[in-house]
This record gives sequence, structure tokens and C-alpha cells, in this order.
Amino acid sequence: MTGERHLIYQYLRHDKKFPHVWCPGCGNGIVLGALIRAVHNSGLTKNQIVLVSGIGCAGRMTTYVDFNTLHTTHGRALTFATGIKLARPELHVIVVMGDGDATAIGGNHLIHAARRNVNMTALVINNHIYGMTGGQYSPTTPYGLRATTAPHGHIEHTFNISHLVDAAGASFVARGTVYHVNLLDRLVEKALFKKGFSLVEIMSSCPTHFNKLNQLGSAVDSMHWLKEHAVPVEKAKDMSREQVHGKFRVGVLADRDIADYQAEYEQVRTRAKDDRVYRPAPKEVSRILESYQTY
Amino acid sequence: MPRPSNEPRTALIQGNEACAEGALLAGCRFFAGYPITPSTEVAEVLAHRLPVFDGTFIQMEDEIASLGAVIGASLAGAKAMTATSGPGFSLMQEHIGFACMAEVPCVIVNVMRLGPSTGFPTAPSQGDVQQARWGTHGDHPIIALCPSTVGECLDLTVRAFNLAEKYRTPVILLMDEQLGHMRENIILPGPGGIEVLDRAKPQVPTEWYVPYEDTPAGVPAMGVFGEGQRFHVTGLMHDPHGYPTGREDEIVALTNRLFRKIFTRLEDIQTVDAYAVDDADVVVIAYGSVARTARHAVRLARKSGIKAGLLRLVTLWPFCRAAVENLLKTCDYLVVPELNKGQISREVKRVVQGQAQVRAVNKFSGRAIRPEEILAAIAECRS
Repeated sequence: MTGERHLIYQYLRHDKKFPHVWCPGCGNGIVLGALIRAVHNSGLTKNQIVLVSGIGCAGRMTTYVDFNTLHTTHGRALTFATGIKLARPELHVIVVMGDGDATAIGGNHLIHAARRNVNMTALVINNHIYGMTGGQYSPTTPYGLRATTAPHGHIEHTFNISHLVDAAGASFVARGTVYHVNLLDRLVEKALFKKGFSLVEIMSSCPTHFNKLNQLGSAVDSMHWLKEHAVPVEKAKDMSREQVHGKFRVGVLADRDIADYQAEYEQVRTRAKDDRVYRPAPKEVSRILESYQTY
Repeated sequence: MPRPSNEPRTALIQGNEACAEGALLAGCRFFAGYPITPSTEVAEVLAHRLPVFDGTFIQMEDEIASLGAVIGASLAGAKAMTATSGPGFSLMQEHIGFACMAEVPCVIVNVMRLGPSTGFPTAPSQGDVQQARWGTHGDHPIIALCPSTVGECLDLTVRAFNLAEKYRTPVILLMDEQLGHMRENIILPGPGGIEVLDRAKPQVPTEWYVPYEDTPAGVPAMGVFGEGQRFHVTGLMHDPHGYPTGREDEIVALTNRLFRKIFTRLEDIQTVDAYAVDDADVVVIAYGSVARTARHAVRLARKSGIKAGLLRLVTLWPFCRAAVENLLKTCDYLVVPELNKGQISREVKRVVQGQAQVRAVNKFSGRAIRPEEILAAIAECRS
């Protein structure tokens, strides 16, 4: 506990008017804790970190922590982060978003950030609902549940955030929960040091709105739910379809070594300074087209 | 495309190319944009040239993302720009507001085309003048400049960067299709041949730094992410330390300071170009490519014995109120030709308040205004 306190004093902003805006039982503080521990263990200094956030409950995280912090517009945090990283590559850029922020209004930015593979880390806190505005459905609200904008039951289907970002080509995709804190610390730290676009989806809960609207009980009940429904990736491999039904995988879901945008852009700079026009030979063009896989 | 050079030289180039060259001279090292007619050449030139200067060009997924990336790059210390046209400019409004609120220097080039909506992409227009002023929500000042020649596309791009850096604000450069695609022979200054301003950096120890300090001039020094100040930037109403606030006094102080930093320095920001106005009975107030036609019309009027003059607005926002008021001392008639339904003429009417007759010449067909049309309006004033 002494260690935790030490980290709080070291990493939180003393001059900020606490208390924070998060409700009792919210998972956002746990994510902030994991982020601080991951940064602390990484050996990076506070000056080297830029924390960027969007709008919503998760968006407020940037206010409280003593990094370079940028609280942007709704859904667009990744675009600001892209500019920061490309203009100042030595900075470690971390982006924290909620599910509505990242996958509804920011869905386009999310898939393109993953495809583009700029070297940064995104943390998406998935609590299946818009909390700040009071319980409206998000792209991860399960079909059939209630939200204030789905009072007669939700009729849309959900995004699987991790699969979406994996399919879009990110270097690293992992999923954790706010219950499995040690795992979360490790995943965030791994993501921090992965070259290219890394994303950690963090399953959380919203006791104030989601639980209340759907009779899911307290924050503690949500923790139990997360504990019982998370299956480590390694374990899931050996489980049957029936056994994994209704569960979700946690751990590293995708980890590939692809050159990040900055590394590629260095090539562009080199070619630009060369007087010759970049024009791949016909054979090379054929090879490139064949390596472009559409199925 | 002109080759990079350290010497001033002449070049026959497009307005869009001149804009890109101006950006490079001003020290722009980051461009994010999305292809759109008729502004695309700005992006194409910079895609080619920025990497030569170790700058960065990136094509984003849309215009919202483009301006987001530009703001991010500026916070990381780079001079940054985007270029677009009407539909993209509409998308950028959200982030123009953010840049105003968070006081992030950046340049937004809008090569105007006929609207609304997809409109007529290859036709000139001046239909975004009021959008530049009021397009984003909430009360905020904005600076918008409007070139009339290819040479001025270069000069005003540099000036846009200078003003953005000096006043920590987004600056909008309103070009139009005609100007963007027109080729003229211009002199390209070499580096050092043009005044370039940089933002004021904090001069105090990092722990003393107050990122949104309420100084008399109203422009706080700007820290850079990664240089030790570790400040907070938000689009929320914030206190001088950058943290969100709901306190009435802090909200009022912030909004007032945002206005003060611009409106107490109008003499530095506003530029007009007056031609033959001293003895004029009729003055044409024009801007952009239309001002060229207006100048010709004024010459024709003078030849036919009408004392006509031209007040060309180079700064469109904040509106050059004093320059227009000054005309009222001598002239009774104002003619305002525009490629829209009357976006600046209403501003002129608001300023003159009936003290002069204002005649608007409006064209919104995607065609240029002809000199005779302006001349006819001048002649009508005198009849």
C-alpha cells in the first residue's frame, strides 16, 4: 500500500481540484492505476509520456495525471495523437478512450490508426454504455439489453473491439479486465513497448448506468462477472466451442512485427532527397500487387 | 514544380503551388490533409517537398482527422497546416473550435468552391466567408486572410503562419478555385528573404509555467509536449493552469482573453489595399479573385469620368471596420461584388449603418464576375 501511495504522489497532479468525476465502483481508476504502474516499471520519465484522451468518463483521465496531457474532441483522440507522434517521435503517446468514443464517433479513426500502424498505444475501456451522458447504448451494448435510448430493448449488434482492430492490421492487440489487475499491468506495459499501433481493450463496468438499467447489481457483482467470464488466451486454445461459449478471451490476441509508420516514413524522406523519381519496375509492381491479399 | 533553391527566383506557378511554397518558407513542417478539389495540389506539392526538409506529410482518413493531426503536431512543436475546400471545411469546424479554445497555432487553407454541399467542385465561389467566421460553435475570434494574386497566395500563407504563431490561434486562408488553379509568374523568395515569426516559448522554470496565464497581451507563452512543462490541454472551459473549470469568473476571464488577444491588436492583424479611394465618390469593396476584376472596373470607371476607388480587403476577419468607416468621410456609395449571395455586403451594411448606399453585386452561378457588371453597378450609383 505504501508503494501505491508513493506512486499516487509521484504521478497524480497535486494542484488539480480533486475529487475526480468518476462514480464509486467505476473501473477507470483501476485502468489509471495500471497505466501508472506500467509507466513506472517501464523506466520512462513523465516528460516522455503524452496521454491523449477523447470525450466521456474515460476522457477525464488526462486531467488527473502528471504527464503531458491532451483532452481532445469526442472520438478524435487518435488523430491528435498521430500528429504528436509524427511531429515528435521520441515521445511515447498513449491514448485512452471509452467504447462509444473509440468505436462509434471515433470508429473510422480507430481502424485507420490500426491500419496506418503509427507507433502508439490505445487503451479502450469497454463498459458497454455511454456513462457521462447517462446510459445510452454504444456499439458494444449487447443486443436485447436496456439503455436509456433503448428503453424497449437494444436491437443492434455489437462490435468486437479487439477483433476489429486486429482485422484492421494493428501490431498488437490484447484484452484485459479491471478485475485481473496484474494481467492488465503486464498487457499495458507490453503494449507500451510494442512498435506500431498497439491496443488494449479493457473490459470494465458501469455500475451507475449499465448495471442499474439491466439489474446487474453492484460494482462488486460486476467484478465477479468479469472474473467468471474471462478465459486466458492460452487456456481457451484447449477448450471446446461449448466450453468457451459466453466467455471472452483475455491476454495477447495479436502480436505481429510490422514496420511502423515512422520507420516507413524515414524511407520516404530518403527517397524524397534522392533526385531519381520513385518508380518500381514492372516486375516489382507485379510482386507488390500479388502480395496485396484480398482474401 | 519549381526546384528547391536558396536564391530568389521567378516561377510560373498555380495559386495552390504558391500556397505550398509559402508554407515551406514559413517553416511549416507538418501537413495533414484529405484530397478535395480544388485544393488538392497544395497536398500534392507538400507530399513531394515536406520529406525533403525532414517534415511530415500524411493523408488522413477525413478532414476532421486532418485538422486533429495538425493540432497534435503543433502541440508537439511543429508549424502545421491543412488545406481543403467547402465540404472538408465544414467537417473541420469542430477542430477549428478546439484550436481556438486550446490556443493551438495552425493554418487552415480553404480553396473555396461553389456550395452548399457538393455544389460545383470546379467552380469558384466565395461562399465560405461567413462559415470561416461563425462555422464552429460558441463565441470565439478568428483570423481569416484572403489573397487576390498567386504571389499573394505565397505571401499570405507566410503571414497566416506568422499570425497563428504570434497570437496562438488558428488562421484561415480563404482562397478560391479561380486563384488556386490560376498560373502567374511570381518571385519566390529564398529562405531569409521573408519575415518568419515563431511562437513565444516559456522563459520561466518549468514548475512556474502557467500554460493559460492571463497576461495583459493575452497570449500566453506556449510550452511544447516533451520539454518538461507537462501541462494540460483541453477543449473544456479551463482555468489559467489548463484544468477544467465551471467557475463563472474563470469562464468569463478565458473567453474575454481569447477576444482580447486579437481585438486589441487589430492594427497588426488587419490589412487592406486601397486604390484611388482618396477622392472617390464610389468605392468598390472587394476581396479575393473578385478584387482583380473590381480593380479593372474601377479603372474603366475612372476613364469614363466617374471618381471610383477600390478598397480591397486582405484581412476578412476580424472585419476591417475602421477602414470601411474611414471611407464614409468622402464617399456616398459602396459597391460590394462577391461570388456569393452577399456575405460581406451584409457586414459592410452593418458597419455603415445607412451612412452610405451599399450596392451588392452577387454571382453564385460558378462563373466569375465580369468587369462590366461591376462597372454597371458603379455607374448606377452615380445616376
